[in-house]
Amino acid sequence: MSFSGHNLTCIRGERVVFRDLGFSVEPGNALLLRGPNGSGKSTLLRLAAGFLKPEQGHLTYTHSDGSEDRDVETFREHIHYVGHLDPVKPAFTVFENLEFWSGFEGNPDPKSGAEEALDRMALTHIADVPGRYLSAGQRRRLNIARIAAAKKPVWLLDEPSVSLDDASVALLAKLIADHRAEGGMVIAATHIDLGFESSETLVLAPAQMPEYAL
Amino acid sequence: MNRFFSLVRRDVSLAFRQGSASTMVVMFFVLTVTLFPLGVGPEANILQRISSGVLWVAAMLASMLSLDRLFQADFEDGSLDLLTLGSLPLEVTVLAKCLAHWLTTGLPLIIIAPVLGVLLHLEPSGFVTLMITMLLGTPTLSLIGAIGAALTVGVRRGGVLLSLLVIPLYIPVLIFGVGAIDAAIGGLTERPHLLVLGAMLLGSVALCPWAAAAALKLNLE
Amino acid sequence: MQTLHKFANPARFVRMSSALLPWMAGLSAVLIVVGLYLGFFVAPADYQQGESMRIMFVHVPSAWMSMFIYSGMAIASATGLIWKHPVADLMAKASAPVGAGFTFATLASGSLWGQPMWGTWWVWDARLTSYLILFFLYIGYMALWEAFDDPQRAGKAAAILALVGAVNVPIIKFSVDWWNTLHQPASVMKMDGPAIHASMLVPLLTMALGFTAFYIAVVIVRTQREIMARKVRTLRMAQVNQ
Repeated sequence: MSFSGHNLTCIRGERVVFRDLGFSVEPGNALLLRGPNGSGKSTLLRLAAGFLKPEQGHLTYTHSDGSEDRDVETFREHIHYVGHLDPVKPAFTVFENLEFWSGFEGNPDPKSGAEEALDRMALTHIADVPGRYLSAGQRRRLNIARIAAAKKPVWLLDEPSVSLDDASVALLAKLIADHRAEGGMVIAATHIDLGFESSETLVLAPAQMPEYAL
Repeated sequence: MNRFFSLVRRDVSLAFRQGSASTMVVMFFVLTVTLFPLGVGPEANILQRISSGVLWVAAMLASMLSLDRLFQADFEDGSLDLLTLGSLPLEVTVLAKCLAHWLTTGLPLIIIAPVLGVLLHLEPSGFVTLMITMLLGTPTLSLIGAIGAALTVGVRRGGVLLSLLVIPLYIPVLIFGVGAIDAAIGGLTERPHLLVLGAMLLGSVALCPWAAAAALKLNLE
Repeated sequence: MQTLHKFANPARFVRMSSALLPWMAGLSAVLIVVGLYLGFFVAPADYQQGESMRIMFVHVPSAWMSMFIYSGMAIASATGLIWKHPVADLMAKASAPVGAGFTFATLASGSLWGQPMWGTWWVWDARLTSYLILFFLYIGYMALWEAFDDPQRAGKAAAILALVGAVNVPIIKFSVDWWNTLHQPASVMKMDGPAIHASMLVPLLTMALGFTAFYIAVVIVRTQREIMARKVRTLRMAQVNQ
């Protein structure tokens, strides 16, 4: 099982975000994306999740049985993505929010999946609070609990620690460590230390000058 | 299939909890219809003549009212990203959202329509056909509307643009919806109209989710 | 290399279309003048409608063009979506205002034609109503282009709309015809009869060809301008990112 990208070139609008980029993660490993603002960390994560199509290059997902899959549409369901937005419905309670995502993202038993994930992100005491009353940090914790509520091998995390306090960052680090211990793969763009020992780092160059015209 | 229904259930319960969206749609329908007697005068024969058309036009506008939120809310809080990431094909996700939209707007309109028919002196022979045409027609409106909603999901002032895009595409449903009621009232057979409405519904189920999904993918890039 | 090839296309388009432009512009001027002359002075007046039927020589070719351009837009949109041809979206965009213009000309000339016949400026006749709806489709298409900041995204969204519209146009046409037969048809503009005399057909076809050449010329100019605008934007982006 592994997840990799080869010769990826991405053009956004009329700008080359990156070209000929490759990456690879093995089970239990984490890949850390570093680089200045606008260097394409978020773009690479969205591309890896299949929201964007690369101009050139391809993604490869190797299933646990060894078969290679190059069609992102078929292996997207194995990917958890945490972006800048927290998908929390104001009208639903914390538990209802989590229960929906747990089931939708493939947990056969959404209820207990949600309960366990709440526990892991220390949200159990506010399980019955509607989403509209949550602070930014609580919403983010709920979003992170979401990826713990359904098992998927690949985690793509875009600045997951934004608006988290130290205690919550520790919970997140523990979650990531446990995921890796179970053979999960993580690609994360982050500025702070999340306890990524033995992980590889991919440094993205600052925005390249656009190099073509029509 | 489980995911399909869990998504429908989520959207329906969200619609009910968030300021009772259905009540607003029904109120809009009632108010719009009320404007016509005030605008054209209370003479029963005039109202009777225009009742089928007024009911259908008002129902069309009412079902369009909540369309701009169909994908917008999920787009704004990042849910839409994750809905496309799941194992459910995006076309099926769109279908689920259309079904939820119809359950929360189309269905209440159908239930209230006969009452408004009474207010407009609709001929008694037209009531059953009114219900059938709305049952066949309003899901088509939700499906066609989904294309407009998907195209304008990331757009400033998308709501106005949405109506501009969608109204011309609604016209066939309007024509056959009203045509069936008028045929039934006039003692003619309404069957061909209903068959065309049914065909349009089937065509929309087959084609609209596909177009809307393409538009959504583009707006998530 | 694939990327290079993709962006080499617009330059080739500009080169080839620039060579074509003067020919199309000249051809359209000549054909329209000849067509108008034939229609207004050579073709016989109608025995029922008199001189007023001569507006047909503007109305009917305009109506043909309205449909023709919408189909062209749909084909260009499909090309843009499927083969990601960068000029196709721009051509569709360039076509829309021309198509809307011809549709408006159809409506205006139809209204002028109808006035002496029906004694009123507007009648909900099947053809006029269909073209009114077609006009709305054009307006919606143009509005969608304007709504996006990113021209590439705008192009794709508009392409999807054009294709949805193209599927719907026959359905709308069918519904409006149906609706019209239910509500007493007003049938002044019967152009579909097989017995169109050659003296009428020749100016009609001349006008249609003239309009087509005009359309091609305008699309060339407008597409070239779009390509230039895109170049300027790219250069501006380069400045921002330096």
